[in-house]
Parts: sequence; structure tokens; C-alpha cells
Amino acid sequence: MTPLLQIDHVTHYFGGLCAVNDFSLEMNPGELVGIIGPNGAGKTTIFNLVTGVYKATKGSIRLGETELVGKKPDQITNLGIARTFQNIRLFKDLTVLDNVRIAFYGQLHTTPFGALFGLPANVREEKRISDKAMDLLAIFKLEGLAGETSRNLPYGQQRRLEIARALATNPSLLLLDEPAAGMNPNEIEQLMAFILWIRRDFNLTIILIEHQMRLVMGICERLKVVDFGATIAEGLPKEIQNNPRVLEAYLGPGGVG
Amino acid sequence: MAAETNSTLKKWLARVSQAWERVASSRKALPILLVVGLALSFAIPQFGLLNKYVQLIMMYVGINIILTISLNLVNGYMGEFSVGHAGFMAVGAYISAVLTTMVLPRELNPYLFPLVVFAGGVGAALVGLIVAVPSFRTRGDYLAIITLALNMIVKSVIENIDAIGGPRGIPGVEKLTTLPWVFFWTVLSIWVIRNFIYSNYGRGVLSIREDEIASELMSVNTRQAKLMTFVISSFFAGVAGALFAHVLQFISPKVFDIIKSTDVLIMVYLGGIGSIAGSILGATIYTVLLELLRPLGLWRMVFMPLVLVLLMIFRPRGIMGLRELRWFVPGYDLFAIKRWRAKKEAGHDAAAAD
Repeated sequence: MTPLLQIDHVTHYFGGLCAVNDFSLEMNPGELVGIIGPNGAGKTTIFNLVTGVYKATKGSIRLGETELVGKKPDQITNLGIARTFQNIRLFKDLTVLDNVRIAFYGQLHTTPFGALFGLPANVREEKRISDKAMDLLAIFKLEGLAGETSRNLPYGQQRRLEIARALATNPSLLLLDEPAAGMNPNEIEQLMAFILWIRRDFNLTIILIEHQMRLVMGICERLKVVDFGATIAEGLPKEIQNNPRVLEAYLGPGGVG
Repeated sequence: MAAETNSTLKKWLARVSQAWERVASSRKALPILLVVGLALSFAIPQFGLLNKYVQLIMMYVGINIILTISLNLVNGYMGEFSVGHAGFMAVGAYISAVLTTMVLPRELNPYLFPLVVFAGGVGAALVGLIVAVPSFRTRGDYLAIITLALNMIVKSVIENIDAIGGPRGIPGVEKLTTLPWVFFWTVLSIWVIRNFIYSNYGRGVLSIREDEIASELMSVNTRQAKLMTFVISSFFAGVAGALFAHVLQFISPKVFDIIKSTDVLIMVYLGGIGSIAGSILGATIYTVLLELLRPLGLWRMVFMPLVLVLLMIFRPRGIMGLRELRWFVPGYDLFAIKRWRAKKEAGHDAAAAD
């Protein structure tokens, strides 16, 4: 099987600081892989490199056959990579519906020139996008809030809206950055079922950054542990759980035993 | 006794606000207003319904609405801070004035005037393209400085070209701007900008204001969106400049300095950012109020800024900040949710019938 995503020996420096050091990861279609590690280990930077927010100093990232390093974020999104953010980044002053509709920007067929004059083709496309966005919101049980300003939504619904918005870009690979942040055990339980369900229903390959061991151990098929930008362990969740280096990174030396 | 008058007053106020609610939520109000406005714009000068001075103020109101709404596109909808709008206006004014005074035969001017105004807009849009390029990399205060610099450059360049009068300007510009033309261009600018804002391209522009990084990651081509915004905004600033030159009948570089840009900024923030209704209100209130306060002499320049200070304290987002009158929202957007629900229900019924 050809891998969907291939992160090949990627290194990234912020000034003199090495944020990601020789990171490699191969994702097969349909896989669910977790990246874990202490705060500041460079996990989010890896997402930023894949999505084009930062340009990798060294190494290559390929989606299928396409090289992603050097591409702009919107181009990469159009190739089929979508993500959510650690600290929710919705378009807060816009409505729930607008948040999702914006994510269809890369899939517009009509011209901006036509939009200025409200040509029939543009209006038809507007209606089509609105309906698609509403369908998506309905899947996430947010259709009743479509007209609401998104900043007024409760936290959990904002998280769900962010995922809905990401899926509107029609991705094959979804990057979830700490989706369980701020959730109680009960909500985490629901989130696990939810992630597995969207993977199946939207045919996704998912990479997950997470601190919540319960979530990671529960649903990830493979784990990658990073610390100070370097990979310190990888393998099945069970193997990782008892790996002394991982325990050391999390608990500090002496925490073991 | 006093309590009684108070309660009747309250009743009346309630009635007025109810009537306004009805008009504001009506979808028919705008088309009616358009027809009445068009008819009036022809009738007023034709039959001298209002004196020349009031007609002049009406034209300034229209021109200021175009300026405000076009600047609002950059400052309100895209969330940048352009302070050089008069620069684009100057380009439009000069191109059109040069065309009507030096290039075109005088007797054809009244017929070619719409094309002249359009040419002024196109010229300004090309300058807008130049500003759009730095906006790809720069934003906020730094982009503001760039727009300020552009305003100064345009002014200085004009001052240094002797063929178009240099610092003396162009006198004897024909009075070609009429009330119907102002009405036409005002409506056109509102219509085009409304169409843009309520398209998915326009929503991309809004998302840049909200969070540029998230916007890029949600597939918005931010360069394209910024380019469009600057071009549309400067086009209409140029149109307003062309109309302005042919009302004022004399233009000089001094007219288009930073003070003029500031005037437009005030109208944008008075009316409210990110709102078409706000832009119209802001431009109208500011223009008319300045005229009404003329008897105060120099004191009006103390009074007016004071109004702004109070406004910023009590309504920091302007009169209509980030809110819109239903009149200006296209039906496909206003009823998007309703239409989807109706469709779902119809689908359910059909499924149940099977």
C-alpha cells in the first residue's frame, strides 16, 4: 500500500532553536495515529509544518506524490489536509453557518467577477454551498444554531463546529490538535466514539495530538512520542505505556519505578 | 399632569419604533426607496424642488457614501486599517478631470461622462493593485503606514507634474456631476459591494479579519481575497473622486491630503465597521451635521470631534458596527437556513409518503 502521507526526516529551526528534529512519519490510508509528548515538545509545530504554516528547514513532506514543503496553507488544504487548533480558532464574530461556508472557498467554481454582479450561476452556487454547509451542520447536530454568532456557542459545541468546518474542506487527512482539551472523562468517552465515527463516515486518515492518555490509548492504532523535537519512542499504545524513556519524559528521571 | 404627558410620549415613541421595526424588516422597503430616489434625483433639479445649495449637499452625501462604503470594505470587512483613501480618490479625480478638460472634445463631455468616471475608477483600481501587493506580507499598523505613504506619494507626484497644473491644480472643470449620476453611482457601489460581501469570496475577506491563519488553513486564498478587496475599494474611491472633481469644478493636490482621508475614516467609524447601512448612515450624518453646524463657525471643528469621542466611548463599534439592516442582505443569504429547513421537511414528507 502506498502511504497517504510521508513525513521524511523533517527538521525545523526557530532561529537557533531546534523545534523539530529529524521527524519521520508514514500514514497509510485510514490509519489513526497519535502524537504525544510533554508540553513544548514540538507536536503542534509538526502540524504547522504539514499544513504549510511554517516551511520545514530540512526534509520533505509528501501527500501521495505531491511535495508539500513550500506550498501555501490554502493550497495544501485544497490537496486534502484539514486541521483543528489547540486553542479553538473559529471566526468568532461570524455565524456558525458562515464559519462552515468559508471552508468551501477552495471548492468554488464560479468567478469572483460574477460574484460582484450576483450572476445567476454565482447565486446558484451560493445556495448549493449553504445547503451543503447546513447538511454538514446537521450531521454534527449544530443545525439549530446555524444563525448564531459562533462566539456565543458553549465550548463543546465550538469544538464540534471546528471539526465540521475542517471537514467542509473535503479532506482525506485530518489533523486534530488536542481535541479533548478541557473535557471531562464523560465527554472524552463521547469524543472517542465521535472520532472513530467521523473516520468511518468521512473516509479519513487521522493524526491526533493529545495529552489525555485515556483517549490516546483508547483509539490510536499507533503512537509516536516526541520530546524536545525528537522522536523518543514509537509503536503500539501498549508498548509505549511501559516504555521507560516515555515515562521519564513525562514524569522526569526518578519518576520511574 | 407631567406623568400623563410622559406616558403619552412613551406611547408615541413605542409606536414610532414599532413602525420603524416594520419598515426595517420589510424586504419591499428598499426597492420602493430606489424607485422614489431615482424619480426624485431627476425631479429635484428639473423642477427646482430644493434650492441649489441643498442639491449640492445631496451630491456630497452620495459621494461620501461611495467613499465610506468602499473604505469600509478594507477597514471594516477585511479588518485592515487603510488611512490613504484620498490617494485613490485623487487618482480618479485627476484622470477624469484631465479627460474632460484636456483630452475629450468639450461638446461630447456630457455623453462620455459615465465612461470618464469609469476610467477614473479603473485608474484608481490599478493604484489599488500596488497597495495590495505589500498587504500580502504586511498587516495592521505597518500596512496603515504603507497606505499613508501612498497618499503622500500620489499627492507629491501630482504636485510635480506641471502638465496637469502641478500644485496649482486644474481649474475650470465642467460641472458634469448631476444628481441622477450621483444616485446611479451610489446605488451601483452599494449593490456591487453588497454582492461581493454576501458571496463566498466576500466571506473569505471577513475570515481574514477574524483570523488570517485559520482562514488560510480553511482554504481561503488570502492573496486573491486581499487583491479583490483593494481593487474594488480603490475603484469606487476613484469613482467618487471623479464625481467630486466635477462637482467642485476645481481640483488641486491639496484637496486630497491626509485630512480628506481622515474625513472618510471618521464616517466609517461613525456609521460602524462592517455594515452597509452603517456606511450610509455615517456618511449622511457626518456630511449633513457639518453643514448644519456651519453657523457655529470655527467651533464646529470642536463640536464634531467631541461627538466622535463620545461615540467611541458609548458605542465603540459605531452606530451599526458589525450589524446589518435586512434590506441589504440578499434573499439567498437571508433565507438560507429557512430554505434548507423547508427542503428537509419536504424531503421527509416525500419519504413518508413512499
